[in-house]
Amino acid sequence: MIPVKSRRIGFFGTPLPLLKGLLFTLSRLFTKPVTYQYPEQKRQPADRWRGLHRLKTTDAGQLKCVACGLCEAVCPANVITVEAKETPDGRRFPNRFVVEVTRCIFCGYCQEACPKDAIELTTNYEFCGYTREEFHMTRDVLARN
Amino acid sequence: MLDFVIESVIKVVVVFAVLMLFVAYTTWIERKVLGRIQVRHGPNRVGPFGLLQPIADGLKGFFKEDIIPSNTDRLLYALAPALSIIPALLVVAVIPFGDQFTLFGRTITMRITDINVGLLYILGLAGLGEYGVMLGGWASNNRYGLLGSLRTAAQMISYELALGITLISVIMVSGSLSLVEIVEAQAGLWNVFKPILWVPFILYIICGLAEINRTPFDMPEAESELACGFNIEYSSMKFAMFFMAEYAHAISLAALITCLFLGGWNLPFVATPGFLKLPVFLAKVFALVFFFVWERGTFPRLRYDQIMRFGWKVLMPIALANIVVVGLYYTVIA
Repeated sequence: MIPVKSRRIGFFGTPLPLLKGLLFTLSRLFTKPVTYQYPEQKRQPADRWRGLHRLKTTDAGQLKCVACGLCEAVCPANVITVEAKETPDGRRFPNRFVVEVTRCIFCGYCQEACPKDAIELTTNYEFCGYTREEFHMTRDVLARN
Repeated sequence: MLDFVIESVIKVVVVFAVLMLFVAYTTWIERKVLGRIQVRHGPNRVGPFGLLQPIADGLKGFFKEDIIPSNTDRLLYALAPALSIIPALLVVAVIPFGDQFTLFGRTITMRITDINVGLLYILGLAGLGEYGVMLGGWASNNRYGLLGSLRTAAQMISYELALGITLISVIMVSGSLSLVEIVEAQAGLWNVFKPILWVPFILYIICGLAEINRTPFDMPEAESELACGFNIEYSSMKFAMFFMAEYAHAISLAALITCLFLGGWNLPFVATPGFLKLPVFLAKVFALVFFFVWERGTFPRLRYDQIMRFGWKVLMPIALANIVVVGLYYTVIA
């Protein structure tokens, strides 16, 4: 057993901590509030913040994605669906690419698994909608943001 | 006779309006100061510094649905908010908040009335004030409400005793029950600065806080245990009335402490010029209101048994001993 050293302050010592507490809160009164006034004042997330997904494009404006399906395989929450298709000249591209953002856990594995550096998580944390369908982000939505 | 009636009615209306304004802005002070103590902003959306927030809250209260749960005692349920706010307002009737001034050749005293048993009247009203909370909790047919009102009853009765006993020492020193005379007796030297009388001052603040159910003695509405306690089933303006009663109580307690211990409208040690009397009184009242908010932001709520033990085993003996000591000192030594 560990002996606990009890500090008895007695009847007349009791008010002292109370006064100390009052002093402490009074000092808090004169500090600057730490609140971000959200709509006017936005918090700048760190560069490595994992927010909404983006499908990157090349300089020519084509999707980098080759629909290999690695992100779909690695995704622990199973929110990515990829359907591949081929152009007449034999180039693969995602015909359908859906990320169910409401179920996404923003782990960033898709970004890490991608061999073509085609998907990334942006710092955008402000996305909202009225219906569930709006959060099934499709290929074109993800490429645009 | 008629001009007395007219004068009284005007005074009542003015005092009531100003008191209601103060009650509204006490909520603003509370939210703002608590916010800043917790390093937040507090209300700042409605008007500059959120100054219009109380008005917005009041308007919102009127537009909310007034819900009456089934199986309530409807009469008592509707009566309880009124019962809790009326005594709080009536206390202000005997508070002298200024001396007197002359308007259109009439001498107008800055108080609604000066009855010679003012303190007894206030103690009586303090007893009445419990019923609103008790009946409110009981009538709403809710377990938390009932528990809250039970606690209120027990706590208020035990602290009222110490409160009344504490007052006796002030009455002994002033030799009067009239608040005006008590204030006038403090010209030059406030009661707090007189020997020993700081003890009843502190006792009175503690008992008063328990009496108006403020933190750290806010047992009846302990949010974390009772989910709001006695007012749990109330909504709309009935709920708002309970809150108005709480803040009106806080203001009237502050005014009472000012009158009894802090010299009312008197400046310390010097004579007060006539025009300064009302501002001095109000400044003291709001300093005390600020203290009530400040201590709320500091102290955690006591446990129920701790409150009862503190009331009966600490405050009561000190209050009783205080009478003896003050009595002996002022008769034998002074």
